[in-house]
Order: sequence, then C-alpha cells, then structure tokens
Amino acid sequence: MAVSSPTQTTQIMNNVDAVRATLYDAMKNDPRTVILGEDVGARGNVFLITKDFAKEFGPQRVIDTPIAEASIVGIAIGMAMEGLRPIAEIQFADFIYPAFNQIVGEAAKTRYRSNGEYTCPLVIRTPYGGGVRGALSHSVSIEALFYHVPGLKILAPAFPADVKGLLNAAIDDPDPVLFLEHKKTYRLIKGEVPDGHYTIPIGKANVLKEGTALTVVSYGLYVHWALEAAQQLAGEGISVEVIDLRSIRPMDKTTILQSVEKTRKLLIVHEDNKFGGIGAEISAMVAEEALFSLDAPIRRHCAPDVPAMGYAEPLEHEYMSSPAKIADAMRELARF
Amino acid sequence: MAKTDTKGKKLERNGLSDDQLRTIFRNMLLQRQLDNRGFQLNRQGKVPFALGSEGHEALQAGAAMAFHRGKDLLAPYYRDLGLALGIGLTSYEILLSLFARAADHNGGRQFPNHYSSKAAGLMSFSSILAAHLPHAVGAAYAMKYRGERGRAVLVTCGDGTTSEGEWHESVNFASIHKLPVVFLVENNLWAISTPIEHQMGQPEIWKRAAGYGIPGRRFNGFDPIETYGNVNEALDRARNGGGPTLLEGMCYRFLAHSTDDNDMTYRTKEEVAEHRKDDPVPLFERVLLDHDVMSAADVEQLKRDVLRETNEATDRAEAMPYPTAADLYTHLYEGAWQPWQ
Repeated sequence: MAVSSPTQTTQIMNNVDAVRATLYDAMKNDPRTVILGEDVGARGNVFLITKDFAKEFGPQRVIDTPIAEASIVGIAIGMAMEGLRPIAEIQFADFIYPAFNQIVGEAAKTRYRSNGEYTCPLVIRTPYGGGVRGALSHSVSIEALFYHVPGLKILAPAFPADVKGLLNAAIDDPDPVLFLEHKKTYRLIKGEVPDGHYTIPIGKANVLKEGTALTVVSYGLYVHWALEAAQQLAGEGISVEVIDLRSIRPMDKTTILQSVEKTRKLLIVHEDNKFGGIGAEISAMVAEEALFSLDAPIRRHCAPDVPAMGYAEPLEHEYMSSPAKIADAMRELARF
Repeated sequence: MAKTDTKGKKLERNGLSDDQLRTIFRNMLLQRQLDNRGFQLNRQGKVPFALGSEGHEALQAGAAMAFHRGKDLLAPYYRDLGLALGIGLTSYEILLSLFARAADHNGGRQFPNHYSSKAAGLMSFSSILAAHLPHAVGAAYAMKYRGERGRAVLVTCGDGTTSEGEWHESVNFASIHKLPVVFLVENNLWAISTPIEHQMGQPEIWKRAAGYGIPGRRFNGFDPIETYGNVNEALDRARNGGGPTLLEGMCYRFLAHSTDDNDMTYRTKEEVAEHRKDDPVPLFERVLLDHDVMSAADVEQLKRDVLRETNEATDRAEAMPYPTAADLYTHLYEGAWQPWQ
C-alpha cells in the first residue's frame, strides 16, 4: 500500500465516502462491473453510497433489484460465472439470512466443486453492526456465521484508507468476498485516503499501536474504541498493543502470534457474540500454537449470548461495549 | 402423437431432418443405457450412488436438439443425463462422474449427475434445488448486458423445485429484465415421495407464466418432436430479444428417485406400469420405424452401438485413477492456498 509514500496525495474521507469513491472508480474502470441490490439505483443506496451512479452508469449497471436477497446473491453468482464482475449489496447485514445458501452453498463452493472450471469473482457488501439504535434486525454482526465456511473471504476494515484498499482488493479478487462495513463508522470515522488505485493485501492485520503489556485484537468499530482505551491506559503506564485484523478470513496468524509472544497476554474484543465468535477461533489458535508464551488466560470481551441488541437505549447500551468497558477489560488482564 | 401404430399419419417434424430424428433417438437410447448402468454398477457395489432419469429421455433429447452448442448455456439439475449428452458430453464423461474419477470435470468431488463443463456451456450446480435458477438468470443478464444476440440460457428443474422461493425470484427477475432464458420444468409428477397434489394447489405449472407476464406452455414431454418444437421456439425468442418463457414438459419418473430410494413405499407398481405404457423410448422407435426414418435393422444396430459405447465407456472410466488425498486441498481459492489450520 502506498500510504507511506511522501509524494502520495491524500484526501480526508469518512468510511462511507471511501466505499462510494472506490465503487465509483470500479464502475469507471471496468465495464464488467455491475452493482445490484435493493434501492441502489434511483435512491442511491439507503446510505447514499451509490447516489447518482444510476444516472451516470445507467440502470443496466446499477440494478435496483426486487426485495429478494437470495436471488440478489444468486444472480450475482450467475453474472460472475458468465464473465461480469458483480458487486452485490445486501441492504443491511441482518437481511443476509435468506441469501445464506447462495453464499455458503453456492458462491463459496463454485470453484471447489467444479475443480476450478468455474469461478465466482463476486463481492457482497453489507453494512453491519450496532450503536445506531438498529434494534434486533438492523444491528447484527454476521461474520461468525460465515467465518466457518472455506471458500469465502471476509473483510471488515475500520479506517477509510483500509476500506478503499481492501474493497479494491475484494473487487480484484477472483473469489467471493464478503465485505463488511460497520455502519456506525460510516460517518463517524474520518481519515486520510490516498488518491489513485491501490490495494491492501487480504489477510494482513495492522498493528495500530505497539505495546508491551498486552495484545488486543479487534476489528470494526471496536478497533477505534480499543485504541481510545489503549491511549487512556498509556496515561496509567500500561502499554497496550492494538491489532486491527481488517481481514477476518483469511486471518493473519503471524501478526497475532508475534504480538502475543512479545506481550504474553491476549485480549480479543469484538461486537459479535462471544459464544462461537471470531474470538473463539483466535483463542484456540493461540492456545494451540503459543500457549507457553502466555502469562495469563486468554480473555474475550465480546457481546453477551443473546440474539441481538434491543431497541430501547438501555438494552443497546448493555449489549454494546464502550471505550470505558474495553479499558476495564484491559486493566483487568494487565493486572493478572 | 399416437401411442401406437403411427403409420399412415403424417409425421409432424417441427422442422427436424431424418438425421436429427436419429440423433434424438440415439440420445434417448444412450441416456437409458447409461442411466441403467448407474443402477447396475451400484448393485455391483462399484459406485456408491446413482440417480435415475428414466422417463425423461424424450424431453431431454428434444430439448438438447434446440440447444446451440458454443453459444447457449445449460443450467441443468441432477436428472439431466440426457441433456448433458445432448449438448456434447460423452458417455465416458458421464461414467467418470459416476465413478468419481480424477479425470471427471469435477475431479470426483460432486455426486454423480452433477455435471459441469465450461467447454460444453454446462454450468456447475449443487444438489440444492432451485439454487441454480438465479445463476441461470444472472448468466442471461450478462448476455443481455453485453448485447449478445443469438445466445440464451436453458435452465431446467423438476416439478418439486418450483416450490422453492428462488424459483419465483428467478422467473420474476427474468421477466422484469426480459432476459434471454428459458425455464424448462420437467414435470415427472413426483418430488421424491411427494406427489404433485401435495406440492401445489394448482397443478399446472405453466399457468404461472401469466402471473409473471411471460409466455407459458405445457407439452407432452414423452414426445421429443413436440418438446423440440416448444423449446426451440422459446430459445429462439430468447435469443432474439423476446425475453423468457416458462415451459412445462410432462413426463414420469419410472425409477426410484435414486439407488437409495424405494419408491414402492409411496407409490404402486400399478401406477408405474400405467405410465410405462407411454414409455417414450419404444414409442419413438415405433414412430421412426413407421415413417421409415429407420429400418428395424438400423434400430438393432443402433442399440448394439449404444450398448458397446456404454460398455467401453464403463471400462475406460473404471480403469481411471481416483483423485488422490492431496486433491482434497486444491481449487479452494485461486493460487496456492494455506488452509487456516
């Protein structure tokens, strides 16, 4: 990635701008690219990500689909098998369940089951996550449901520069990619984004802050809160290393293991439920490969084992973490 | 088509030449032979599983004759042995699939009858019914998007599949965008053990076309010429910008669903025997003989050829190696892939 280049010009963007700009370039640069989903055309997506795209690129490339998630993904698979480069949108991640078979049973297996004869270069974008009063059906995290599935790649960038670099990588990728956009970060998180086309390699985590006392692994919105908490703990003399996974599958084992071997303590922080979540797999991996480097039990700071966050403010508050709650979890592990 | 003694009546050919009629008949004979071979090999303990397509021969051979090789795409389901043959797969390829050999298009990964061949225009599919319909529609969208006149997608399914939500979603989307796709339902009256009256309150599937605002037609799927006429007309319309069609070919599943099914637990011998009276293979043989398209000697020779071809393909495929243990790990993603573990 060219971010460090001193001559690189950048622009300040939020995450939603970064998605929009990257999709725009993809549409501009490759006539095989089509976008399909609910309300992506005339409405320009419910977050206005594709606003005016239909006017510029035409309704045949920016396709307002019927409300039918299974076939949004299924039709995109057929397009991909027949030479297009579709970007399918599921309006909210919560609505992805009807498309579960198309993603798990079809897209993830197309290359494998045909022994490489057919491929499925497909991006499925979807906004996920809470903290926006999204209630039971506009707030969920879905990554663990798909994490189990070989054949998929799952990305969940937290910063605008990563959104652009990884979305470009997803669009260029010859295999199906589930691209998760945390909706609370859409307008909340701003940052410098390099101009021009660049990609960030899929499967590479980013050490956002180096530290020595413990390692925190996170992704999505909670990366920002973990950073905030880590800064706070720095003031208390506790040095926390913060890793942003960015890529959930494949996962950057090397970066996690190197960090854990240095800090000897691991805290995993995610918004998705704890039981069977991404943190469970990271914990198992570290236990298998670096148990004797650890000075403390692995800790997971994740959502409780309930279906999702309720609509009422106290219910959402209880479900969600916060910089303060993450800081507490860090302190507790640091003290062990 | 008359069920017996067709002599003296003018043969409605739907434009098919004698050569084409013989090709259709050969396809039907070969499908039946290969279909039975699957069941035989299963009973010999040589293959773990086989799916039957007996009763679908006329429908599939007729439909395949309307398929334009090198242009059209076929999105079939698992009872389409005859369609696979008809668009260009060989008996050897069918047997490789049955024996799950490494040289199979799928490398021995998929169940038998789950064919895939990019060269033949046969789209890879799974066992999950109706999941392939959106793929067919997406491929048809790509054809239309690129402005490719003269190409269409033929997507098939059984009557059972028409209950799936994705069946509706696919026909609806194709109708909205007037896509070059033909939905061909091979109605054999049974969804494994569930008869048509327990699948739908209104049993004429073709009538649903009106609800989607597209042409629909039901025809006798035991008659390959009638099938060809309907599929050819619908594919031609699709290839020329006329949009999708819903076709329902009536046939019957003579065998159990698969080698793991016992159809006598849910239907009677008498019912099957009644439908056997309309068996399309001897029926079409009679038509060709009655109209001097083939002589009795030609037919006998053809049957010997088909049996020999099946035997040779069986021996050849059986002699081929299985995939190796290392093959479990290939083609998950492009390029070399390190599994997470």
